[in-house]
Amino acid sequence: MERLSLIGLSKAYDGLPALRDVTLHLAAGRVHALMGENGAGKSTLIKLIAGVVRADTMQVMCDGRSVAIASPADATRAGFRVIHQELNIVPQLSVAENIQLGRPFPRRLGLLVDWRQLKDRARAALEFLGAAHIDVTAQAGDLPTGDRMLTCIASALTVDPDVPAPCLYVLDEPTAALTASESEKLFDVIKRLTARGAAVLYVSHRMDEVMRICDDVTVLRDGQHVMTAPIADTARAAIIEAMTGQTVRDGVLARQTPIADDVICTARGVRTARLQGIDFALQAGEILGVAGLEDAGQSDLLRLFLGLERARAGQMKVLGGPAPTSPVQAWSRGIAYVPRERRADGLMLGMAVRDNALLPHLGDYGVFVRRATESARTRSLAEQVRLRFRDAVQPVGQLSGGNQQKVLFARAMAGKPRLLLLEEPTRGVDIGARSEIHALIRGLSAEGCAVILASSDLPELLGLSDRLLILQKGRQVALIDRAALTPADLLARIYSPKAA
Amino acid sequence: MVTYLRQFGTLLGLVGIFLFFAVQLPGTFVTAQNLLNISQQISMLAVTAFTMTIVMVMGDFDLSVGSTASLAGIVAAVLFAAGWPVSAGVAAALAVGIAGGIFNGVLVAYIGILPFIATLGTLTMFSGLAFLISDGKTIFGRDIPPEFAGFARSGITLAEGVTLPSMTIAAALVLLVIFVVLEHTTFGRRLYAIGGNIHAAELAGINVRRLRLSAFALTGLGAAVAGLMYASRVASANPTQSAGLMLDAIAAVFLGMTMGRQGEPRVLATLVGVMILGVLDNGLTQMNVDSYVREILIGAIVIAAVATSSFGRKRA
Repeated sequence: MERLSLIGLSKAYDGLPALRDVTLHLAAGRVHALMGENGAGKSTLIKLIAGVVRADTMQVMCDGRSVAIASPADATRAGFRVIHQELNIVPQLSVAENIQLGRPFPRRLGLLVDWRQLKDRARAALEFLGAAHIDVTAQAGDLPTGDRMLTCIASALTVDPDVPAPCLYVLDEPTAALTASESEKLFDVIKRLTARGAAVLYVSHRMDEVMRICDDVTVLRDGQHVMTAPIADTARAAIIEAMTGQTVRDGVLARQTPIADDVICTARGVRTARLQGIDFALQAGEILGVAGLEDAGQSDLLRLFLGLERARAGQMKVLGGPAPTSPVQAWSRGIAYVPRERRADGLMLGMAVRDNALLPHLGDYGVFVRRATESARTRSLAEQVRLRFRDAVQPVGQLSGGNQQKVLFARAMAGKPRLLLLEEPTRGVDIGARSEIHALIRGLSAEGCAVILASSDLPELLGLSDRLLILQKGRQVALIDRAALTPADLLARIYSPKAA
Repeated sequence: MVTYLRQFGTLLGLVGIFLFFAVQLPGTFVTAQNLLNISQQISMLAVTAFTMTIVMVMGDFDLSVGSTASLAGIVAAVLFAAGWPVSAGVAAALAVGIAGGIFNGVLVAYIGILPFIATLGTLTMFSGLAFLISDGKTIFGRDIPPEFAGFARSGITLAEGVTLPSMTIAAALVLLVIFVVLEHTTFGRRLYAIGGNIHAAELAGINVRRLRLSAFALTGLGAAVAGLMYASRVASANPTQSAGLMLDAIAAVFLGMTMGRQGEPRVLATLVGVMILGVLDNGLTQMNVDSYVREILIGAIVIAAVATSSFGRKRA
């Protein structure tokens, strides 16, 4: 029986349609995958269901009854639980408070917060999720990213005693910040939720996950519905084709040019506050993959070359000089950086594509702004990164996630970098943009730019890297030629407590 | 449509207020002399608000501008009284403004204190310093050289009985300089980048600390200029005379921010904010509205403008 029907969803922003007359039927007890490239309308659809954004047209039928969704409170009342991709966490509050956030806290005498019951509920929710290791009294801001995501998920899973059980869970890229084993626990939870009769709408770019845990799939493209089918009858290639509108190879471009001999940077026995035993030399054009569990020191390694961390012991040589001592110095010496969180750490969302792309290189244009020259430069960079945008003055916030990521690549490429630092360069990016970004990385490497690539995306790491540096709790445990590794080897070395 | 209404609502408000007074005060409000008077009355606020815009572009604040202005006036007057020439006294006062701004900048950018708290502290410090230097007294009369006091009374005669005041010219020059700095230099663009996302700006190799420091220094300099203009206008200096500039300057920038596409401060928009406050003040005074009522009205208008703008933003 159909549990939930979303009929005729349309939404336009400033006259530009983001979603055009999309209809979706979700069945009780089934996991429905929602797929599409960035900008296809997935986020808009989720925001409409969550009541965050008002639809232009939308009819929601829940168990045969029509429901009006005009606010997040309406959505909660209708039994919808939405786990957004951007972590909705208040870092200053405890885990328990975060889990109960947005719903009334349990009270004592109708007035005072019943802290014990609050913590018990939070513990129960985390236990259900198989994440009992998280301390409910800890400040949410102190948790590693994966645990924060689990906290958000736990928040959506808690059932308050006086509220009807949720009928729909919407999960937007829930595994993006989770490790493989945490993801497994989540899949297990999803199974239990559907067994209780809930419908699940699952949004993910990760094809493997979708093929494994989903029952049905709907693909959107350019705001329109393209296909809906049971997963069992659908080939992977058919989904990709529906998403991109063309046939794309779901692989990573292989190296086509040799690595040059000149050394770009060396680290010999480097130790910092969190890193230990960092030891490698990187040649021009070489791509060094950095692998490890969540938060094993990948960010710290990149920060070292960006001038945000100091070596406490050991020797470093970067581009013929000492390690940079600030990002200002790093960029001016030809080191470029693409951060992991593009919205928080990368972009000025309200500012133009041009200003964002040329930001580190404004000094090249002299004291006075030369808008025409800069716009022309932006357009040529945009062409290189195959950016889909209106014009150089369009605010970056209006672009899709994949295109925002390309703006960061345009920024990195604008200075003709000799060392490129990448952190999760294709996180939350659709398949089409992902392969374009991989091609960009290859292209830079072919021009002699050395690349340090930290990623949790194993196919990406294995596909692009020439060598892999494996970190465990901040310690370099291995430095291996890609050719000598199989995916299973790599996983074993990431997880194994005593990998050599 | 809604976007345009929101963006130009504040400008329409200015036109509305202007027309209201033009009708209510026939023959006295819309005269060349009165309009030039308004321009002179708002010139000190204008200079403060224009330079305040520089720090607010980065999302910062400077609450100490009023104290800095008073302190600059006192420093100049004390030095005049000690027999220093006008140029030296003025230069010293401007240097005090820059030094105060740099002190704010160090606190905010290098030590990392929230601008609200840092400049609240320096507000009190600079004010205390002004009392200390002047011994709490007003400096006036023969201690103030006539060529200093004469500046505020000078101007370019445009026609019989119609004079373009030097103060207005000074404010216009400051506007021009800041407009060029913010909109047409890489320095200005970097400030906007810091305002857009300070963390990202730092990671993208922007020298956030130094830029914040220099922005605060410029705001301090602007406050000192405004303080000198004030002292010249009243031909005297006392340790609290410019204190009121701070709230009005911030209010003017906020009024201007309602016109920004992303709610960002722009110096030309700040000018509109300054004009709204100045026209209201002049018109209401002419209508003999009690000054306390005036304050209530001005506060209400700032809140109404910002409220309608954020309401419009949410819906769009």
